[in-house]
Amino acid sequence: MSDAHVSKLRTPLVTEDRTYEQISADILDSLESKPSKNWLIGFSISALFMTIGFIVIGYQVGTGIGVWGLNKTVGWSWDITNFVFWVGIGHAGTLISAVLLIFRQKWRTGINRAAEAMTIFAVACAGLYPLIHAGRPWLLYWVFPYPNTRGPLWVNFRSPLLWDVVAISTYLSVSLVFWYMGLLPDLATIRDRTKSKFRKYVYGVMSFGWDGSNRTWHHFEVLCLILAGLATPLVLSVHTIVSMDFATSVIPGWHTTIFPPYFVAGAIFSGFAMVLTLLILTRKVLNWENYVTMGHIEAMCKVIILTGTMVGLAYGTEFFIAWYSGNEYEQYAFINRATGPYWWAYWSMISCNVISPQLLWFKKLRTNLVFVFILSIFVNIGMWFERFVIITTSLHRDYLPSSWAMYSPTWVEIWTFIGTFGLFFTLYFLFIRLLPGIAVAEVKSVYKFARKNKK
Amino acid sequence: MRKNFVLAIYDDEEKLLAAAFKAREKKYKFYDIYTPFPVHGLDDAMDIKRSILPYVTFVMGLIGLIVAISTQIWMSAIDWPINVGGKPFISLPAFVPISFELTVFFAAHMTVGAFLFMNKLFPGKKPVIFDSAQTCHKFIVVHEKDAVDFDEVSKFYTDNGALEVTENSREMES
Repeated sequence: MSDAHVSKLRTPLVTEDRTYEQISADILDSLESKPSKNWLIGFSISALFMTIGFIVIGYQVGTGIGVWGLNKTVGWSWDITNFVFWVGIGHAGTLISAVLLIFRQKWRTGINRAAEAMTIFAVACAGLYPLIHAGRPWLLYWVFPYPNTRGPLWVNFRSPLLWDVVAISTYLSVSLVFWYMGLLPDLATIRDRTKSKFRKYVYGVMSFGWDGSNRTWHHFEVLCLILAGLATPLVLSVHTIVSMDFATSVIPGWHTTIFPPYFVAGAIFSGFAMVLTLLILTRKVLNWENYVTMGHIEAMCKVIILTGTMVGLAYGTEFFIAWYSGNEYEQYAFINRATGPYWWAYWSMISCNVISPQLLWFKKLRTNLVFVFILSIFVNIGMWFERFVIITTSLHRDYLPSSWAMYSPTWVEIWTFIGTFGLFFTLYFLFIRLLPGIAVAEVKSVYKFARKNKK
Repeated sequence: MRKNFVLAIYDDEEKLLAAAFKAREKKYKFYDIYTPFPVHGLDDAMDIKRSILPYVTFVMGLIGLIVAISTQIWMSAIDWPINVGGKPFISLPAFVPISFELTVFFAAHMTVGAFLFMNKLFPGKKPVIFDSAQTCHKFIVVHEKDAVDFDEVSKFYTDNGALEVTENSREMES
């Protein structure tokens, strides 16, 4: 740690010299000062869209999900696309906090808290969709195997949709607990810094009486490592199981064994893009340039190159295997993706996901914040199209040409999707206002890393 | 119960660590050391026993796995067997995902519960705060006053880089 050999190749993780007290003040300023005008505007706009979203959800639950643009042939489209889109985004946070902890990547400390928060909010947005899809959300508890008066009739444990329920609930609850345990020391810091009695009380209750005893820290570090070890296979399992919703069916274009790794790579890809989108803005607005440094941005860009290339390889492999299988339905499904009526969706996906991330090989481009910001949005759009392409284009050409159909979303589906963005950003705005957006204690513990003048 | 303490306050973890190891050689008995972030090495200086949390995780994970497999078998093959597409009632490969998820679920939540229980952390607990900066930028070595000679440790810590050495008396919950 602090006594490690200082090499030219290693740069400090906090760019400028600070005392521990200044680190607390820098990071906690966002919640100890009065809300800024920008925050109020951003929060109000998000809350407005969230409200519209909830009204629209109320409308479709009241009327029935027939208000969507689905038809007899295309039985899944925007509903599942948006669900998978949000679940995918919810993968980067745990990857940053768990996998990078196991690999002892100290740079994770600057971004893990915000990324984990983003994960939880994204999974909450994703979780909203199955709730709506149930049509009667008040009966959703039927998906759990509880002793009931219908026999009891148990759920079908061979169904990937049930696996999905268990996987996503486990993932949400474990991520939430992991995130909250990490918050305890920082909530105690806020409690001990504040002068206001009310805040002292609230943060006092929330910090569970944390006092920084070394005996507690000892167990705490073991706990973090265990949770990281459990969360790493968990995060890989969640998108694997999401992909099995498709892969275990017999639809050409879905029925492939490459889906689990392909989906996991795509999820990490889109998650890191969303982390970049949010943090490039947040570090600017909250003056966190010292903690979320160019080094962090570059490191995340490199993860995007890697996962983007893996996704590109998966697209190629799918095409090759479709040809190699000799199955004409499979071949048609893929040729139709690239040249059929939804060609524009396919090529948007290819250009956003495969071509654009390759530009990040150039150091000049990946250190240009405006460029990286725009690129991260491109990746998000591309990954949305990937799910749309996989789901909709595989369904819209049925086995019987008389059943061929097209799909376009109705205003209800569009506003539900916009509403989930409202929910996501409302939660994120509340988070940076009420909780420490950077893990204060963890940043202090790596402050001396590679630093020559230690005081 | 009211207890009296001797506190040595530091503002740098490296000086603290060096002093803690010297104090260990002198056989001063630590009450605890309070730090704003984990300082690696203090565990050895304080002779803290390795955490038993990994064993909790293993046992709870195992329980989760057994519960998951036996529940799935009982529900789909014993209590009400339903023929789904001619698949066997005990379709073990299909039970793997849920068994895995429940293993993680049990292990993670029970480990967190054990952590909170072992450290007596819960909403509304009163923290032991000697200095309001102990969760921000100060590092505090605490000895029980009866266990050490005040003048001796006071000189020892002042010589070993402490900002100040003070006395403190407070009600302790246990």
